[in-house]
Amino acid sequence: MSFQLPPLPYDYQVLEPFVDKETMNLHHTKHHQAYVNNLNGATKDSDIVAICQNIKNYPVAVRNNGGGHYNHSLFWKWMAPVGSSNVAPTGTLKEKIEATFGSVDEMKKKFTDAALTRFGSGWAWLGVKKDGSLAISSTANQDNPLMAGVADVEMIPILGLDVWEHAYYLKYQNRRGEYIQQWWNVVNWDEVVKYYDNFASKNNPVPINQ
Amino acid sequence: MFANIARVLAQSSKKSLPLVRSKHSLPDLPYDFNALEPVISAEIMQVHHQKHHATYVNNLNVAEEKLFEAKQRGSVSDQIALTSALKFNGGGHINHSIFWTILCKDGTSEPEGELAEAIKRDFGSYQRMVDLLVATSTGIQGSGWGWLGYNKQLNRLDIVACANQDPLQATTGLHPLFGIDVWEHAYYLQYKNARPDYVKSIFKIANWRKVEELFGKARHD
Repeated sequence: MSFQLPPLPYDYQVLEPFVDKETMNLHHTKHHQAYVNNLNGATKDSDIVAICQNIKNYPVAVRNNGGGHYNHSLFWKWMAPVGSSNVAPTGTLKEKIEATFGSVDEMKKKFTDAALTRFGSGWAWLGVKKDGSLAISSTANQDNPLMAGVADVEMIPILGLDVWEHAYYLKYQNRRGEYIQQWWNVVNWDEVVKYYDNFASKNNPVPINQ
Repeated sequence: MFANIARVLAQSSKKSLPLVRSKHSLPDLPYDFNALEPVISAEIMQVHHQKHHATYVNNLNVAEEKLFEAKQRGSVSDQIALTSALKFNGGGHINHSIFWTILCKDGTSEPEGELAEAIKRDFGSYQRMVDLLVATSTGIQGSGWGWLGYNKQLNRLDIVACANQDPLQATTGLHPLFGIDVWEHAYYLQYKNARPDYVKSIFKIANWRKVEELFGKARHD
């Protein structure tokens, strides 16, 4: 049973004007599709979470494309059109964020900083560590915090932002800061809260539909 | 009188009086933004030069200023903390300064002279060298550069990939001859995800005369 490109939960234009339609289309149908194709060519294993957690046992093609498939599968769900989701975290996650960072705004500042200072290609993350605490980090290329022995900070990601240039270049060119600022408008906080409540707070990685 | 001047200068350097610190500046492109069309669009050239390269230059100047201040304060730790910023931005400045000069409108004829002989000797043929450089550059994961470089110790050409803005010579010891920027910003506006098309096309605008000059300098200096 090979990996499949998950369908987007919405049309390509719904995140406008924050993430443009052409980028969503290319990002999903070309970039993510390529990760899926290459992953299928690189391994017969089918549990993507287990692959990420044991990434040291796999060749670099699996690290790049397996990471790419996992990261992007969640990325589409971490975003939603304005008005379709809460504009801020709620419930236990909100309390946890406030307890850890002082406020949701302070958390966003730290996350933004992680996204800005990741040189080259990579991702910024908000996640839950083994001890249950929240943390923010970034990784290079298609690495993610599930990758033991690879990620600086090992944790279960509940929110991630793609800062590869292909994620923003058509609309923002070199202005990564502006992209990050605008992206906060489309974060699907209801989904992030679900990931925390149902998975990360129980020390389980968020699954994807393979 | 000259002895007095010499003594004053010697005393100044012992006290580490700050000399005028020169800042790096963005080199001009040797051609107009549209000169490399249709291989690289004017829009890309403009953003690449005026935004990306300019930012590396500015940030390099900031990092070097901080490095100087850290040294003045005697803080080794703070100097070390700046190494990433120096590598990113210094590498970016070095790499792009070379890049603009090894490209030219309509390209040139294939390599000639000493460089042509070395390519034939070390790769078998110009086409095989190109194939290897294309494969190396296309295969870089994330951001980086593919390089044709010269190993002076072994008197041999080599093709390697560098990640991010890691500068070739400081990282590998190879003298940079011809490099291909495969950061997405170098091609995305025009080629989108089709990096292989961009990499293959770049040989149409290669300035082999400049590369021959770089090779000559690396060999004989």
